Amino acid sequence: MKCIVPNGVNTEAHIGWCPGCGHGIVCRLVAEAAQELGIEEKIIMVEDVACGEFAQNVLKYNSVGAAHGRPIITAAGVKRVRPDAVVIAHPGDGSAYSIGMESTIHCALRNENILALVVNNSVFGMTGGQMSPETLPGMKTTSSPAGRDPEKNGNPFDVTKTLAQFDIAYLARGAVDSPANVIKTGKMIKKALQKQLNGEGFCLVEVLSPCPTNWNKTPVDALKFMKEQQEKYFELGEFVDKGGK
Amino acid sequence: MAKVLMKGNEAFAEACLRAGCRFFSGYPITPQTEILEYMSWRMAEVGGQFIQTESEVAGINMLFGAACCGARALTTSSGPGFSLKQEGISYLCGNDIPAVIADVMRIGSGLGDIFQGQGDYWQLTRGGGHGDYRTIVLAPASVQENADLAYQAFDLAEKYRHPVLVGSDAAIGQMVEPVELPEMKEHDINTYDWAIAPRKEGEEQKVIWNTYYTIGADAYMEYLKDKYARMEAEEQRWESVQTEDAEVVLVAYGISSRISKAAVKKARAQGIKLGLIRPITLWPFPRKAFDALGDQVKGFLSVEMSILGQMADDVKLAIDNRRPVEVYGEFANVPSEDVILERVQGILKKY
Repeated sequence: MKCIVPNGVNTEAHIGWCPGCGHGIVCRLVAEAAQELGIEEKIIMVEDVACGEFAQNVLKYNSVGAAHGRPIITAAGVKRVRPDAVVIAHPGDGSAYSIGMESTIHCALRNENILALVVNNSVFGMTGGQMSPETLPGMKTTSSPAGRDPEKNGNPFDVTKTLAQFDIAYLARGAVDSPANVIKTGKMIKKALQKQLNGEGFCLVEVLSPCPTNWNKTPVDALKFMKEQQEKYFELGEFVDKGGK
Repeated sequence: MAKVLMKGNEAFAEACLRAGCRFFSGYPITPQTEILEYMSWRMAEVGGQFIQTESEVAGINMLFGAACCGARALTTSSGPGFSLKQEGISYLCGNDIPAVIADVMRIGSGLGDIFQGQGDYWQLTRGGGHGDYRTIVLAPASVQENADLAYQAFDLAEKYRHPVLVGSDAAIGQMVEPVELPEMKEHDINTYDWAIAPRKEGEEQKVIWNTYYTIGADAYMEYLKDKYARMEAEEQRWESVQTEDAEVVLVAYGISSRISKAAVKKARAQGIKLGLIRPITLWPFPRKAFDALGDQVKGFLSVEMSILGQMADDVKLAIDNRRPVEVYGEFANVPSEDVILERVQGILKKY
């Protein structure tokens, strides 16, 4: 079997992602899409802190490390002054849908011409697996030890139900739990980047991703949990596709 | 160039544009809002980006992205809004990114009120966010100086790769005075190697993150100490008024310094040897101005619009506690010339 590594991935990088983590697959998909579109030199990544930030080591693209919760608004600032760049904000679900929610909504309302690539693993990973906005009802975390109780904590946030109302370019949700879903997610990322090149506006691609460590599961069981529970709650697919200007 | 009549906030905004500022992101709050309003139409005329953001937090973090790319970027606020900017100011410092942030000061903690105040002195000069940092803080005392310091602020920020704060207040921001505006200049966003941009062929990856990650903890300690020592050595700015033979020296900045200057004139007419040191940089505090004073000085009066007397701390440090330092602090009103003179008489009697 031949192992093909996209140009944009630095295989020498020493990274602290846990076994079975989905972040590496997401980075690989970004690198493949950028290579296929011939835009590797144009990419500017805007990272959050925590697990996703390791992308600064894995991907060879120019990048900015934003404050927690701020990659989307910081990416919008980058794009405004570097319109020739292809700008990707790379937050997690805690970042994009809790602390950074106001800017997720308002960047979409302004139709900022960026890609928000939101990695949703349903927990705050780096801080040790606390409840995030995307923690499923009943799911145990270190800050919901008896399981998330919608009576107390409310229900998870579904970005596809909110932003589907907005005048944005693209809204999709993929997952990295199976080869078929990985391929579909790669196509979503590529489509979103092409839309940015076309000047169509705000694209948000959410990627469901496993976190075996904080889900207290083996990598294989984490993938099963995604298929049987996470993907049942968060529907996969394309929700907004304006199809060009 | 001929003088024009302008509001302080508008002169500040125009001078920023003339310094090559082509990015503004901010949120309305009194008494700063005229800067935002002015930018909303004028920025487009010079081909820049104006964004009224969803919050002050969004304003500073959007500026962070633009500033990381080498643009001359500005955000402005006041009171509670300026507090919300502290996260971003700390990030600008931690990542060595130049930008200009204005705090048009109002009074009070919490909501306080919209009148002129100087109660943000500690927040401005001590580093209002987390971590080990300070910033250069410029304190204009007139509409002209608001424009002049705005023009210089971007150069200073880039010289040190560090944010520069401009601490004016509601009076300076709202008053209308004649002003001679500086020449319009363009800033090349690609001037500096550190700026993030699409890569040129064969160029290495550029990453902006905490400088400490790049150079390591030990080197960072030396780097940081050296950076601040250079700013302290090279950037102290002040105006001394009749301090050569002064027995009492007023220390005042911004709007309070204008009343203090009038008080010096009045005192001199009465034969009282009164002088004034007006800090133009609140940090670095102009210690050199105090070093230059003679032994005849009996005491200092810090005249400031803060109840607790904030700048007085720096006066004591600047003179190594060798003379008494008293505070005349005001809150909802600008200081009074008569009260200044009474307090000066008191100091002369006491010491």
